[in-house]
Amino acid sequence: IKPIIESQDKVISPEKAEEAKLKARYPNLGHKPGGSDLLRKRLQKGQKYFDSGDYNMAKAKIKNKQLPTAAPEKTECTGDHIPTPQDLPQRKPSLVASKLAG
Amino acid sequence: MLGEVAVTQYACFFFSADIISTVEFNYSGDLLATGDKGGRVVIFQHEQESKNRPHLRGEYNVYSTFQSHEPEFDYLKSLEIEEKINKIRWLPQQNAAHFLLSTNDKTIKLWKISERDKRAEGYNLKDEDGRLRDPFRITSLRVPVLMPMDLMVEASPRRIFANAHTYHINSISVNSDHETYLSADDLRINLWHLEITDRSFNIVDIKPANMEELTEVITAAECHPHQCNVFVYSSSKGTIRLCDMRAAALCDRHSKFFEEPEDPSSRSFFSEIISSISDVKFSHSGRYMMTRDYLSVKVWDLNMENRPVETYQVHEYLRSKLCSLYENDCIFDKFECCWNGSDSAIMTGSYNNFFRMFDRNTRRDITLEASRESSKPRATLKPRKVSTGGKRKKDEISVDSLDFNKKILHTAWHPKDNVIAVAATNNLYIFQDKIN
Repeated sequence: IKPIIESQDKVISPEKAEEAKLKARYPNLGHKPGGSDLLRKRLQKGQKYFDSGDYNMAKAKIKNKQLPTAAPEKTECTGDHIPTPQDLPQRKPSLVASKLAG
Repeated sequence: MLGEVAVTQYACFFFSADIISTVEFNYSGDLLATGDKGGRVVIFQHEQESKNRPHLRGEYNVYSTFQSHEPEFDYLKSLEIEEKINKIRWLPQQNAAHFLLSTNDKTIKLWKISERDKRAEGYNLKDEDGRLRDPFRITSLRVPVLMPMDLMVEASPRRIFANAHTYHINSISVNSDHETYLSADDLRINLWHLEITDRSFNIVDIKPANMEELTEVITAAECHPHQCNVFVYSSSKGTIRLCDMRAAALCDRHSKFFEEPEDPSSRSFFSEIISSISDVKFSHSGRYMMTRDYLSVKVWDLNMENRPVETYQVHEYLRSKLCSLYENDCIFDKFECCWNGSDSAIMTGSYNNFFRMFDRNTRRDITLEASRESSKPRATLKPRKVSTGGKRKKDEISVDSLDFNKKILHTAWHPKDNVIAVAATNNLYIFQDKIN
């Protein structure tokens, strides 16, 4: 007796639904999903600097800069204002004394 | 511990200036080490039970703090080398001092932590405050005596194992021979001798000749707890390879290959990403191993390669949120997992400062929260529940209300007692089970 082929189940798994959502938002998303691009980004992790001078200057700037108590006032709106180095968010300082409390 | 609804009591709480990046008990459980993003190591010590409160176990207090790693600059690649401590592993104690290995992305260091509670007094050539005495003024000799002093805990770096990893170190594991240890980065695994810092053996190398052909990376590695020739490493494709160092000098060919078959019809863009194993841990018995992928924890019998023997869902409700979790990068979060001392229970973290415990025998599981509000000292932790359906019960929290910035990636279980350490961003919680 030949088996009757049922019509495909219309229910989509939640994972496939999420995939469809992602592809709708980023139609140019690569065809190799977990593939080389993601892996290469992983191997490359770390903040890149122009050279060691750039790195040491960045570190010195963080040491001298006071930690801001409030976010700076932003009166310019995005798009109209060309950012200056002072406007850019600073890398979080790592050379902070430990303050452990029991 | 999981039999009763009231799970744990008596929390210790510590606040760190930086995000905690690793937590590890030593072999006796008396010491608990934490590493943080700023390159610092803080060690806590279990205090003996006090006579006043015999029904509670002792507290953990700060024992030693030291700066393990500093930020460095890789001149060849113009990249910063983070000082963040990726892993800490204790060595078994052989004398009065304690030794641990701590590693950042590139350099492993062996630290000796020792106590000093005596000081020599009565030197002939020095004053008590250290100033040199005029030798011509000394007319008599005396024998210095050892006097008690306030306990001082000193940490000193004994070995620095550097320049052996091109890629970022994700794991270190001390071998059961107590002489060697392995370190793993994205593409290579090296074997070191604890006494020798100027060379290491490369035992696994999965770097392809052409980097365009790269399909998977090493995500974690661990030595077998009893068999010093066996180790495992996991990959970003959800596979685990067990290698035997007796078979060959270079263990590129595995002895066992563990992979759960996948239903090809359910494959999606996210399948490989969520199958990536973020942690692998042998059971204390050495018979099983546990792997953590994005949504589940799996227990494998080392004698069965084709599928895990147990699978525990950590937060299956996230499967319908994978799109936004991919966009905010949370899908790449690396959760760890751990066994309890008797291998009867396992624990792993989740979001919203939730962590999960699974009892392997009763198959019961519990979700708990590590937060200041729910961890008053001596208070019992209340089980939490995430509501997945439409109707949300009173104490439940809905999936959309979960805070994905509050992630518990690092947890540790005391090797003997029901004491757990949970790192929630820059807060460390130590929960202890009520004795009676």
